[in-house]
Amino acid sequence: MKYLSDQISLRLDAGRCIGCGLCETVCPHGVFLVQRGKAQIRDRDACIECGACARNCPVDAIAVDSGVGCAQAIINGLLTGQETCCGERSCCGAKPTEKRRAGLIP
Amino acid sequence: MFVTANYKLSFDHLRRALAGIDGWILALDTKGVNVWCAAGEGNFSTEELVRRLRDVQLDQVVSHRNLILPQLAAPGVNAFEATKLSGFRVVYGPVYARDLPRFLAAGCTATTDMRRVHFRWHERLAVAPLELVIHFKRALLAGLALALLAGISPAGFSWSRMTSLGGLALALWVAAYVLAGLLGPLLLPWLPMRAFALKGAALGAALAAAGLATFGASWPFLRMAAWLLLVATGTSFLLLNFTGCTTFTSPSGVRREVRWALPAQSAGAAIGLAAWALAGWQMP
Repeated sequence: MKYLSDQISLRLDAGRCIGCGLCETVCPHGVFLVQRGKAQIRDRDACIECGACARNCPVDAIAVDSGVGCAQAIINGLLTGQETCCGERSCCGAKPTEKRRAGLIP
Repeated sequence: MFVTANYKLSFDHLRRALAGIDGWILALDTKGVNVWCAAGEGNFSTEELVRRLRDVQLDQVVSHRNLILPQLAAPGVNAFEATKLSGFRVVYGPVYARDLPRFLAAGCTATTDMRRVHFRWHERLAVAPLELVIHFKRALLAGLALALLAGISPAGFSWSRMTSLGGLALALWVAAYVLAGLLGPLLLPWLPMRAFALKGAALGAALAAAGLATFGASWPFLRMAAWLLLVATGTSFLLLNFTGCTTFTSPSGVRREVRWALPAQSAGAAIGLAAWALAGWQMP
């Protein structure tokens, strides 16, 4: 199953990459492929912006805008002009605003 | 040493998968949330892992220095940093706990398939009730509004019309809601287009058409058209919200979709409601 194409915020700086392969390991959708000591993006549209690759890259060669992906949270954010947040009664039990303030979410 | 969340289902899956395997389980405090969501929220984090390791004095309990984390903890944990801070080597295990025995037998290496998250039909069906429960109140209110509007005509408000026509509409509305909530996730790969709002609209139109053919064949054209629009819009909204339950949608994509789908759905609902109310003037 594939979602919309050409929407993904994933960026890879191949110059910095040291080819450790951790991005390929942690990605649950096989976005990366490491060949000859360098990571490359094999399937950009499969990315779900979970942020696992960027979080685990030891040389900060990967950047991605990860965040709350629930439609309800995004709708709330658009309607209120505030941050993307499900509010106090979210389905996943998260209180993202609180976490972001505490610096737990980048 | 296997690390997991303190969500009961996560813990039980791990415990079951490890039957007959000698090892320890370390449960992080993720406020009862599963590994993947907790990692995304920042509760299953490098800091929590390091803190928990220190609190339980794991270095006194085991002689080895190896931790196996679920792969889906990776959005919250930086493996290099956790290793540096705790002295334990962090290895990412497979996505699913049930693959752990094979992972261990292969010397802690995962096959490509073990590294992939799926969204098979039974998994889609398992998360479907969540959306149904969350939006049920809203859907019921909408159905009641339709029933109420059905009672209004040039002759004024008619209680018997509200209960007969309105009652039928309410029953069909709730049936369409439940069917959409189950069939939407189930038929996801086969519904046309990639945008969930469009998939929902297509499913809704099909459900509305089926309902009309069976129970509303005598309705005037305007009422039929209103019904089609309303059910398609409602289902479109329901499926748009289902993006949050899937394993393959991205926040950027959902944001993009919400930006055009929400105005379209609002317009659809407004026009549909107006047409539904006006249809009372067409009824003999």
